[in-house]
Amino acid sequence: MMEIATTIALALLGLAMVGAVIRVVLGPTLADRILGLDVVTTLSVGIIAVFAARTGQFLYLDIAVAVALVAFLSTAAFARYLLSGGRE
Amino acid sequence: MSVVGAVLMVVGALLAALGALGILRFPDLYTRLHAASKAGAPGVGLILLGSGLSAMDAFTLVRAIVGLVFLILVAPISAHLLSRAELRTGIKPVSATSIDGGTVNPEQ
Repeated sequence: MMEIATTIALALLGLAMVGAVIRVVLGPTLADRILGLDVVTTLSVGIIAVFAARTGQFLYLDIAVAVALVAFLSTAAFARYLLSGGRE
Repeated sequence: MSVVGAVLMVVGALLAALGALGILRFPDLYTRLHAASKAGAPGVGLILLGSGLSAMDAFTLVRAIVGLVFLILVAPISAHLLSRAELRTGIKPVSATSIDGGTVNPEQ
């Protein structure tokens, strides 16, 4: 049961990550790329959480929370850079 | 409880995939931010909750809920910062998202 569910969830998350990476490559503005990177890191949090449930190693949940923190900080820093007149 | 966790994880991953579809298909950053916020907070939040529930351990569940609360706290902040930065660089929303089909006028 858990095996099947985590396989489906990992496949869907991988598909979503491909979509976000395509948005990072296509742009067209810098903010679009920042948004794509933000989604990629947020999805990696989800992948780590699914992996924790699949392997039964729930220590990975702490890593997921830490990655979520770093993702928010990087997005905030990039947005501040854009606001201060950053160029593409 | 493990079944509930598995269902929550699949539903969350489905939400995340739909959000990524919106990020690919929507016409400008402001509409894409709407889809990205759905992929982030509810999608990954449900996955965290399902992962915590499948552990069948109160301490693990609390750690997962801490992650969920953090995601819900920061998702609006980063979306707001990004849309503010995009608006400041002078890029207007597409006219299809406006009722009168015209430009944005914050003074109105």
